[in-house]
Amino acid sequence: MKKIFRNLAFGLILLFLYAPILVLIVYSFNDSKIMGPWAGFTLKWYVMLFQDRYILQALYYTLIIAVVATTVSTIVGTISALGIYRMRAKLKRPYLLLNNIPVLVPDIVMGITLMSLFIFAGMKMGLTTIIIAHITFCIPYVILAVLPRFNRLPENIFEAALDLGATPRQAFWKVLFPEILPGITSGALIAFTLSIDDFVISFFTAGNGVSNLSITIYSMAKAGINPKINALSTIMFGCIMVLLILINIRSEKGIKHIQ
Amino acid sequence: MKSFKEYIAYPYGLWMLIFIAVPLLVVVWFSFLSNPDFKAGVYTFTLDNYQEFMDPVYLELLYRSFLYAVIATVICFIIAYPLGNLIVSLPGHRQNLMIVLMIIPMWVNFLLRTYAWMVLLSGSGLISQFLGLLGFRDVSLLYTQSAVILGMVYNFFPYMLLPIYTALKKIDPDLLRAATDLGANHFQMFVKIKVPLSLPGIVSGCMMVFMPAVSTFVISNLLGGGKYMLVGNLIEQQFLTLNNWNFGSAISMVLMTIIFLVLGIARLITGKELDTGGQLL
Repeated sequence: MKKIFRNLAFGLILLFLYAPILVLIVYSFNDSKIMGPWAGFTLKWYVMLFQDRYILQALYYTLIIAVVATTVSTIVGTISALGIYRMRAKLKRPYLLLNNIPVLVPDIVMGITLMSLFIFAGMKMGLTTIIIAHITFCIPYVILAVLPRFNRLPENIFEAALDLGATPRQAFWKVLFPEILPGITSGALIAFTLSIDDFVISFFTAGNGVSNLSITIYSMAKAGINPKINALSTIMFGCIMVLLILINIRSEKGIKHIQ
Repeated sequence: MKSFKEYIAYPYGLWMLIFIAVPLLVVVWFSFLSNPDFKAGVYTFTLDNYQEFMDPVYLELLYRSFLYAVIATVICFIIAYPLGNLIVSLPGHRQNLMIVLMIIPMWVNFLLRTYAWMVLLSGSGLISQFLGLLGFRDVSLLYTQSAVILGMVYNFFPYMLLPIYTALKKIDPDLLRAATDLGANHFQMFVKIKVPLSLPGIVSGCMMVFMPAVSTFVISNLLGGGKYMLVGNLIEQQFLTLNNWNFGSAISMVLMTIIFLVLGIARLITGKELDTGGQLL
């Protein structure tokens, strides 16, 4: 009895979470502009999607921004985490406080403050401003992911490696780096997802010329329902599923390898 | 680790000053300037922007944002807490599977998730058709208050579930067994052991839902059709369409104050909780 109730609860919540996405997928193949009854199978929304220069360009910008922001924020964040780890307490506190601001403050406030700064400084809104904004809100998450790794290290691990005959380069790449790598990886992953998914901060710092996928979807959705968006979501959901399955296969292989 | 010096973090310190601290100060400063004077290049200190916000129209809007965010938080909690308990009662590998299944929708773009509800709720959408079969004709749920709250619940639900699940998972089952052995009934065990021990998770879950919900303008615009303005919408409007940055800055300050107040209260609750946790052991 308890089991039935439990499965029913899981079923309901999964229905709630997945129904909207499934409906989008189904309607992306529906030969009708309104989301009413089924009007036959079609791929025309996909064809139209790939002919839409605006959407393709937004996709391109989204990826460029995410790759640049992730690379920069992972490198800068890791180095800075090491610096903060070694920092005297008096300076460490304000550093961590400032670092936490983008995490705690609502996106819209981050967006308007950065926009005010850019306009105040006379910068032209565009790819540069959007990338600066993304780096600014990504680095804190990298630091929050990497810093605990440094805190957990034995105090003199680097010097021990040096004493045992490693060059500084070897000591860094062969001893220190593998220890903090899981933190770096998860920091980079968080940064990449945040950048891809961001709408609010991009919206305020993008200006007129540049638009990422979120901004494009927003302006299309504001005008009402658009089957091209359904096609786009189906493709994006498909990519996520493929990625998840790949990660799963890889980690299963890893487990077998260890066994 | 003495080979590494703190100065390698200095460039980032400069970055934070330029792109985090200065912009915030600029907005604080803007909020105390009168609009026409600023354009003329004359800076006059004024409280007008804050006074303008005391207008009943804006206060009602603030109240609405707060109310919607609280309702969404409460609904998320009511679903997530029992659900978290159910997930913890599963065997280990199925627990992980369940959690992954709950997180996957979060990987779909936030705008697409909100848009999906536009499709479901629209006049020709599935839910209206279903209601039509039941005899309710031409019901469009889109562009209503319920749609806005639903959008908040749907988008932020996993933020509530994850901390609660983590907190519940950490509770030693022996503690619960000990409570029942020592004569507590199921209800007492729940109220006196389980809830206090999972309180940090509950509080951080509530924060993670409340904060994005109270400051959103996307959900209210897409699912409310712009009919139910929230604080976020007002800020967006002041900055992007009305170009009244000074008033917009003042509203942002009010929003930040609310959020930091709520954060302070949350810390107070969990802080106390940690103390009693110490006494418990």
